[in-house]
Amino acid sequence: MSKWVINENLCKGCGICIERCPMKILAFAEHLTPKGVHPSSMTDESKCTSCAICAKSCPDVAIQIYKEEK
Amino acid sequence: MKQVFGKTKVLSANPTHYCPGCDHGIVHRLIAETLEELEVADKAIGIAPVGCSVFAYDYFNIDFNQAAHGRAPAVATGIKRTRPDSIVFTYQGDGDLAAIGTAEIIHAANRGENITVVFINNGIYGMTGGQMAPTTLVGMKTQTSPYGRDAATMGSPIRVSEIIATLESPAYVTRVTVNTIANQMKAKKAIKNAFTLQKEKKGFSFVEVVCICPTNWGKKPTDAHKWLAENMLPVFPLGTFKDIHGIEKA
Repeated sequence: MSKWVINENLCKGCGICIERCPMKILAFAEHLTPKGVHPSSMTDESKCTSCAICAKSCPDVAIQIYKEEK
Repeated sequence: MKQVFGKTKVLSANPTHYCPGCDHGIVHRLIAETLEELEVADKAIGIAPVGCSVFAYDYFNIDFNQAAHGRAPAVATGIKRTRPDSIVFTYQGDGDLAAIGTAEIIHAANRGENITVVFINNGIYGMTGGQMAPTTLVGMKTQTSPYGRDAATMGSPIRVSEIIATLESPAYVTRVTVNTIANQMKAKKAIKNAFTLQKEKKGFSFVEVVCICPTNWGKKPTDAHKWLAENMLPVFPLGTFKDIHGIEKA
C-alpha cells in the first residue's frame, strides 16, 4: 500500500503541494484528469517521510497520507 | 500502514467550486477539524455569507443556513438565541462582512452574542470578479480601481479586527493567516480557542484569516502566498487584539 494517495477528482493542479514538499518528490503528472488539469503525482515514494505537509497544504483535501507502523 | 492524515468526516465528499489554490478550502478544513475535535459537530450550525463561500453548506456535513448579503451575524444571533445549546458560527468574506455587513458585525459584537465569526480577508471581491473591497490595499489594482486604490479618494483599508477590539463585549479577537504550514497551525489554534469560548458560553469570538485570491490578484497560488506575506501582513498585522478570558495563555 502506498504512503501517498491522491483523489485526482479533487486535485485542481494548483501546485502548492509540489512547491512545499520538503523532499521535492512531487511533480505535475503527464496525464490530464476529467477536470482538465495535470494532477500532482509522486515521483519517488521511497524518499517520502509521511510528514503530511503536502496534504495539509492542499485546499481541496485531495491527499491522504499513510505511515509504516514499526 | 497507519493513516496519519485524511479528510475529516465533518467535511463532505463534494469537490469545491473554489479556484485552484484558494485558501477557503484550508479554512473550511480547519473549522471542520475543530468541530470534530471539540465533539460539537452534531450541534453546530454554520451561516454562509454571500460571496465565494455562499455554497459552504455543500462542503460541510453539519447544519447550515445562508443569510442575505452581510446579515450573517444577525441570522446567527436569532439562531443562537432560540437554540442556545447549538454552536453557531458565521463564515464571511471581506465584501460581505466589511462592506455591506458592517452594521451587523459591529452590533452583534457589541451585544456580545455568544457566536463565533470567521472572517476571510483577501482584500478583494472574489465572486463578482475582483472589484475593490474596503480591505483592498492602497495602490492595489482591481476592476474598480484600475489605477490602484487612491487613499485620497477611495479611503484606506479597514482593519476590522482592530475596530471590533475597541468594543467592550467581545471575548476574543484575533488575526491569523494560512500562508505557511506554521501559520496554518496558529490559525487552527485560534479557531479552536474561538469555538472553545463559545462552547463554554463566554461570549463573542472573532477570527480574521488573511487569505489569498490568486485568480483576482492575477497571481499563481504559490506566488500569491508570498505576495500576501510581503504586502498584506504589514497592513494587517497578525496577533490577538482581545482575549478577556486569557484562553491563549491557558
